[in-house]
Amino acid sequence: MIAYAIRRLLYVVIVVWIMSVLIFAITQALPGNVAYAILGQFATDRQIAELELLLGLKDPWYVQYWRWFSRLLHGDFGQSIIMQRPAGPLVLEAFGRSAILAGIALTLVAISGIWLGTHSATHRGTLSDRVLTLAQYFFIAVPEFFWAILAIILFSVWLGWLPATGYTPIGDSGFGRWLVHLILPVATLVTGLIAHVSRLTRSSMLETLRSPYVLMARAKGLPERLVLRRHALPNALLPTITVLAVDVGILIGGIVVVETVFAYPGLGRLLIFAIEHHDLPLLQAGMMVVTTVYALANLVADLLYAWINPRIRYGGRVA
Amino acid sequence: MTARANPVGILRAGRLPPSLVMGGIVVALLVALALLGPWIAPYPFDQFNVRARFSPPDAQHWFGTDEFGRDVLSRVLVGARYSLLIGFGASALSLVLGVPLGLVAAYRRDVGGELIMRAVDVMISVPPILLGLLILAVTPPDIWKTILAVGIVYVPIMTRITRSVALGLLAEDFVQAARARGESAFYILFGEILPNAWPPIIVETSLRVTFAILLGSALSFLGLGAQPPMSEWGLMIAQSRPFIEQAPWIGLAPGIVLCILLVSVNLVGEGLREALDPRFAERGSP
Repeated sequence: MIAYAIRRLLYVVIVVWIMSVLIFAITQALPGNVAYAILGQFATDRQIAELELLLGLKDPWYVQYWRWFSRLLHGDFGQSIIMQRPAGPLVLEAFGRSAILAGIALTLVAISGIWLGTHSATHRGTLSDRVLTLAQYFFIAVPEFFWAILAIILFSVWLGWLPATGYTPIGDSGFGRWLVHLILPVATLVTGLIAHVSRLTRSSMLETLRSPYVLMARAKGLPERLVLRRHALPNALLPTITVLAVDVGILIGGIVVVETVFAYPGLGRLLIFAIEHHDLPLLQAGMMVVTTVYALANLVADLLYAWINPRIRYGGRVA
Repeated sequence: MTARANPVGILRAGRLPPSLVMGGIVVALLVALALLGPWIAPYPFDQFNVRARFSPPDAQHWFGTDEFGRDVLSRVLVGARYSLLIGFGASALSLVLGVPLGLVAAYRRDVGGELIMRAVDVMISVPPILLGLLILAVTPPDIWKTILAVGIVYVPIMTRITRSVALGLLAEDFVQAARARGESAFYILFGEILPNAWPPIIVETSLRVTFAILLGSALSFLGLGAQPPMSEWGLMIAQSRPFIEQAPWIGLAPGIVLCILLVSVNLVGEGLREALDPRFAERGSP
C-alpha cells in the first residue's frame, strides 16, 4: 500500500511537470508576443524589442522555461500584467473562493448522489426509482450555463429570493449574506453531477446486490440494513469513487462557467479574465494551480480506492 | 468468437431499443432543421429591427426578438448548424485520431506503443476544460479552433478504448491466422481488427457526442468559440445574460433547444449501447 502510494505520488509529480512544460510552451514560447501584450497595440517596434531584451524573451525557450519554472518552485508566480500585482497571491486568493464552491458542491454530490443511488437500487421498479431514473436522464443533459440562466430567471428575477451575482466575504457582512451568494452557484454546479453519481451508484449497487456474498449475508439472517451497510455498500462504492474523481474534472469545468455567470471572483473567472486580457503570467499561474489540484484530487481518489478495496489493502497488486 | 460481430446485423435483427428510435428521430429532425436553417428561417439571422427590440414571443416573432430586434427563432435555426458542427465534428476528429492511435498502441508492444499510452495517461490527468482553454487561450478564437480543441480533448479516451478492444481481439484465432498467412501489420489492424472492434467504439463515440456538445457550447458560452455576430446556441445564451430580467426568452429559446438536442443524443447513445454491447444485452436493462 505504501509502495503504491509513493508510486502514485511520483506519477502526480511527473504529470504536473509535463503540464508545466506544455502550459509554458503554448502560452509563452508560441509567438503570442508577451511584449505586445504588455505594451498594448500602440507600441513601436523599438519599444517591443527593448522590452523583449529586458524580459529575456530573446533567450532560447528552454532558458526561458527554466527561469520560469525555477521561480515557480520558489513560490514566485510572476507578475500579473493587467493588475500590476504578483500573480501568486491573486491566484491563491481566487483559488480559496473556488475551493469553497468546490468543497460544498463535492460534499453535496457525494452524499446525495450515493444516497439517491442506493435508494433507487433498493427500491428498484417503484415509483420513486422510476421518477429518479427519468430525472437523471434529463439532469445529466442540461449544461451548467443553462441551469445558471434558469436559476437566475426563477430565483432572482421572478421570485427575487436570491442575489444573481457577486460574492461577499464572510468577515465583511456576516455568515448569512455570504451563504446567500453561494446558494445559486452551488445549486447550479451540483444538479448534473448528483444525477451522474446517483445513476452510477444505482447500477453498481444493483450488481452488488446480486452477488453471492450479499446472498450469503442475507442467508445468515442479518438485518437488511446491516447487509446494505456492511456488505453491499463498501463494494458498490468502489466504482463511485472513480466516478467522483472524474467528476472533479467536470466540476472544474462547471466552476469556470458558473463563476463567469454569477460573477463569482474565483479561479475560473480569473482564468477567463487572464485569457481575455492576454495576461500570460496570470494565466500560467492559474493553469498550474488547477492542474496540480486536479492531479492531487485524482491521487486522493486512487488512494481511497486502494484503501477501501480489500484486495489492494491486503498487499495485492493494483492492475 | 469465430463469426465476426456485425453491428448492422444486430440492428437488423429487429430489436431496436425504443430509446434509439426516439432519440434518433429527434436528432434527425434537428439535423434537418440545422441543414435547412438559413432557408426556412423567417428572417435573416442578423437583421436589425430597432423598433421591435425585446419584443416578447408573438405571431410575428415566435421566440421573440433580442436587444437589436433580431428574430430569435431565426438565430436559433441558423445557429443550429454550428452547435451541431462542434459536437459532431469534434467527435469525428477524436475518432479519426484516437482509433488509429489505439490500434497501433495495441499492436506495437514496444517503446512506441508504451509512449502513446503514457501520453494518453498524462492527457487524461488534465481536466477537459483546462485542456480546451489551453489550446484556445493565446490565439484569437474561431469556431474551427473550438472543434479542434474539443476533438483533441477526447482523443485519449478514444485511444484507450480502442486499444483495450484491440488487445482482446489480437489473441483471437482469425488474427493468428492472418499473421500466419504473413499479412502486413496494416492489414491486420485495419482489415481484421477494426471491422470487429466497431461496436464498442460506436457506443463510446455516441456517448462522447453529448460531452463534446456540452464542452463546445460551454467554450462558446465563455467567448472561446463562435464569435459575434455569428449565431451559435452557447454564444446566444451568453449574450442574453445582461437582458435576462427584461427579456428572458432570448436565452431560454436556444437553451431549451440545446437541452432537447443533448437529451436525444444521449438517448441514441444509450440505445446503441443496449443494441450493440453484449454484456448489456445479457444483463438486461439494469
